[in-house]
Amino acid sequence: MKNIPIELSINGQKVSATVEARTSLVDFIRDTLRLTGTHVGCEHGICGACTILLNGDPVRSCCMFAVQANACEITTVEGLAPERGQLSKIQDAFCEKHGLQCGFCTPGMLITCQALINKNPHPSESEIREAISGNLCRCTGYQQIVDAVVYATKEA
Amino acid sequence: MKAAPFNYHLAQDLAHAKELLHEFGDDVKIIAGGQSLVPMMAMRLAKPANLIDIARLPELQNIQITEDKVTIGAGVKQSALEKHLASQKAPLLQAVIPWIGHQQTRNRGTVGGSLAHADPSAELPLIALILKASIHCESKQDGSRKISAEDFFQGPMWTSLQANECLTQIDWPLWSGAFIGYDFEETAIRQGDFAMASAASQIQVDHDGKVLKWNCGVGGMGGTPYQFDQLTNQFLGQKLSKEKINEFSSQAIALTDPTSDLHASSSYRKHLAKALLSRTIEKSLLMAQSNTQPNR
Repeated sequence: MKNIPIELSINGQKVSATVEARTSLVDFIRDTLRLTGTHVGCEHGICGACTILLNGDPVRSCCMFAVQANACEITTVEGLAPERGQLSKIQDAFCEKHGLQCGFCTPGMLITCQALINKNPHPSESEIREAISGNLCRCTGYQQIVDAVVYATKEA
Repeated sequence: MKAAPFNYHLAQDLAHAKELLHEFGDDVKIIAGGQSLVPMMAMRLAKPANLIDIARLPELQNIQITEDKVTIGAGVKQSALEKHLASQKAPLLQAVIPWIGHQQTRNRGTVGGSLAHADPSAELPLIALILKASIHCESKQDGSRKISAEDFFQGPMWTSLQANECLTQIDWPLWSGAFIGYDFEETAIRQGDFAMASAASQIQVDHDGKVLKWNCGVGGMGGTPYQFDQLTNQFLGQKLSKEKINEFSSQAIALTDPTSDLHASSSYRKHLAKALLSRTIEKSLLMAQSNTQPNR
C-alpha cells in the first residue's frame, strides 16, 4: 500500500502532503493539518459534524478519502472568520442567539449555514430548516440555530 | 471505524478504468462520489483491496436531451442534476432528488453510483425501474451492453453488473403528450435518511380520464424496488376511482416482502407503503387530468 502525494488548498493556504489512501479527509484535516475545529462524529455520514466546503459546496469530510480531495479548495470552520480573534457574521449570530450549547455540532452547522447564505443571502425559516436537515444537534432543538441564521441574514 | 488498507488508482480515462478493472479481477471496487461506499468501508462491511476512482472522468459527466430520452452520465452528481434542465424534462426524476440523502451527500453522490450501489430503499433505483431506464455499462473484454432497470436490480446491493464492468450512462425515457401526471412520496425517520417506505407513480390519461399509460412502484419493501406493470396493465382503457385505487394498492403491496427492523415491523411497512402508493396514484391522476397542455 503506497502513500500518495496530494496538493490542495485549505482556507486559502496551499498544502502538500503524502497520505495513506485509506485516510479520510476529516482525519487528514484534524490529525495531519492539526485543524481540529472540524469535528468527527459518527464517521458514516449521518451527523454532519464534519461538514466542510469542498470547492464551495458543503460535503461530509468523513465520507471522502483525502486522496479524493487532491487539487481541491477546502474551507473549514477555521476559515470562516475574517481575522484571527474575530468572528464572522454567522459565528457572531450563533453567540448572540445561543445557537450552541455543547458545541459538538457547531463547526458543521456553521459551515452548512455559511454555504446556505453564500447561495441565498436572505433565506426563509423553512429554507434554513431544509439546509440544516443533514446536521444533527442534540442540545438546542434547532430553534436557536434557525434564529441565529435569521439574525445573521436580516436586512440591515 | 477506519477503512481497511487498499490501493488507490485514479483512472485517467474510461479506457484506463476498464483496463484496471480487468487487471484486478474480483478484488476491486469503483468509487465515484463514495457516499455509500466510504461509510461501508469505514464500517468494514466492504474491504476491497483496490479502489478505482472515476469521479473526475469527463466521459461520465455528460447530460444529453433528445426527443424521447434524457441520457445522464454515470458520474453526474445528484446536486448537478437538481438544477439541470434535463431533470425538468423528466419531472419524476427531478421530484425525487431532494429526497436523496442530504445536500452534503448530493454534492458528492452520483446518479450512476446510486444505481450501482442498489440500496433497495434508495430513490433513484425505484425511479429507474418505474421510468424503465436503460443502464449502459462497459468492460474491456465484452465491450458495451445495455441492461433494462428490471434486469439490473437483482437483490439488496446486488446488480447484474459484472466485476469487470463500469456503469457509464443511464437513458431515462421521456413521455410525450398531454394529460401526464406523476408523484413521489416517502416516509423516513428524518428526511434524507433511509426510506422506511417510498412510492412513485406516473400516469397518462386520455381526455375522458381513461388510463393510457401507467407505471408505479414502491421502494424499501424488499430486496429490490418493486414495479407493478402486471397489475397496472389491467387498468388500461379504464377510469380509476378511489375504490379501484384502494383495491389496486392492496393487491400491489401483497406482492412485496419487507423485513422488520428497529423502526418498523413488516406489517407496519406494508400498511405505510399502501397508504403512500394510494396517495401517489391519486395525486398523479389528479395532475394528469389537469395537465391539458402537451409537456413538450
